[in-house]
Amino acid sequence: MEANIAIPLDGKKTWNGGGQKPFGARYGKMMMWFFIVSDALTFTGFLAAYGLTRFKFIDSWPIADEVFTHFPGLHGVHAPMYYVALMTFILIISSVTMVLAVDAGHQMKQKKVAWYMFATIIFGIIFVGSQAWEWKNFINGSYGAVKTTDGKVLQFVKDGHQIALSDFVVGERTDGRVQHERHNGLWFEEEETIANYSIAQIQNSYKSNSDIQIRSELIDPVTKQKIILSREEGMAQLAKTKLVIEGANLKVNEYGNTIFADFFFFITGFHGFHVLSGIIINIIIFFNVILGTYERRGHYEMVEKVGLYWHFVDLVWVFVFTFFYLV
Amino acid sequence: MAHAHESNTKRIWVVLILLTVITTVEVVFGIIKPASLHLTSFFGISPLNWLFIILTLVKAYYIAWAFMHLEGEKKWFRRSIVWTSIFLICYLMTLMLIEGSYLYSTLSPLVKW
Repeated sequence: MEANIAIPLDGKKTWNGGGQKPFGARYGKMMMWFFIVSDALTFTGFLAAYGLTRFKFIDSWPIADEVFTHFPGLHGVHAPMYYVALMTFILIISSVTMVLAVDAGHQMKQKKVAWYMFATIIFGIIFVGSQAWEWKNFINGSYGAVKTTDGKVLQFVKDGHQIALSDFVVGERTDGRVQHERHNGLWFEEEETIANYSIAQIQNSYKSNSDIQIRSELIDPVTKQKIILSREEGMAQLAKTKLVIEGANLKVNEYGNTIFADFFFFITGFHGFHVLSGIIINIIIFFNVILGTYERRGHYEMVEKVGLYWHFVDLVWVFVFTFFYLV
Repeated sequence: MAHAHESNTKRIWVVLILLTVITTVEVVFGIIKPASLHLTSFFGISPLNWLFIILTLVKAYYIAWAFMHLEGEKKWFRRSIVWTSIFLICYLMTLMLIEGSYLYSTLSPLVKW
């Protein structure tokens, strides 16, 4: 009945990752791998749901190039993809410093491991910061749009390029709508920020400026661009406006389908949370390296294990990058 | 673990260069979007999308094999990880994407643009 007992009790050492080595890998590393497999399937679930939804709305899905167009320091410049490419590169670099730390650990070079771990943590923090900036731009929005009673999002274009509400809306708002705050309304209730422009203001500005056209969400299958409506059609659509949208949140999204924003927040947020927890774990291991814990233990396998987790985060980002920004 | 004390630094730098080049190619194609690749269709999606997906899988291969050091693990340990994941991911993706297409073909005629 020897098979019932995996490890003889007296041979068990808590911190060496288990004495037995199935598949030539210590238990700790093996379990990290199997955790990664299950976590990969969680991300697959999210990306599959994203794929399903995208296929469901394939004729009106937002075009990533028109959504993510910011780059730090370049205001008003149309810079699709550059920023997210930079983020991808930062994460790859952090993966490299991590694997260099693991490599140095194999050679028992404590100082080198510590420095590479430190670099990994720094790059990780830069990545999370970049993601926060990306979120900020997405939440604030760059152009503004309106939503009709039948749920369509209408954007405004001039000479084929999208323009912001502030670029063409003129006049004063006459509907007398003011932000509800505690001092001018019910002290126990607050209101979300209201739009800068009223519906009538936008409709009148559109009427008086014949250069402005309206872009619908529908994609032309031939050119793979959003269809721009004629002035008359645009007028008819605009008459159905019920809401002015500036930016994106879980309920409305100036870029198009609300569920696009929901998936963006959920998937990049879940990934960002992984990066954050990776940074925290890395910091713990970093201090252990400095304190010489692994030097005394005789091996740096813990560095290898957190390294696996960190590389996995990079691996997921590669897929998020492709399916959110490229495809 | 078999080569625990050898340094793989050179391999790491080579893989870094590869990943950087692949990402750059992806981004350049993503910005230019050549009409001949973007507006045509090949097995259901545009050749450009095929290019992105294949390059992504190449990147995933290098991250898993070189950085996560799967290439140094025992063959059946590697297979228990890779085969399991690939099978389940392909399975789920196929079902969900078929379902998504079905939803589109069923619901889109009801939407008035």
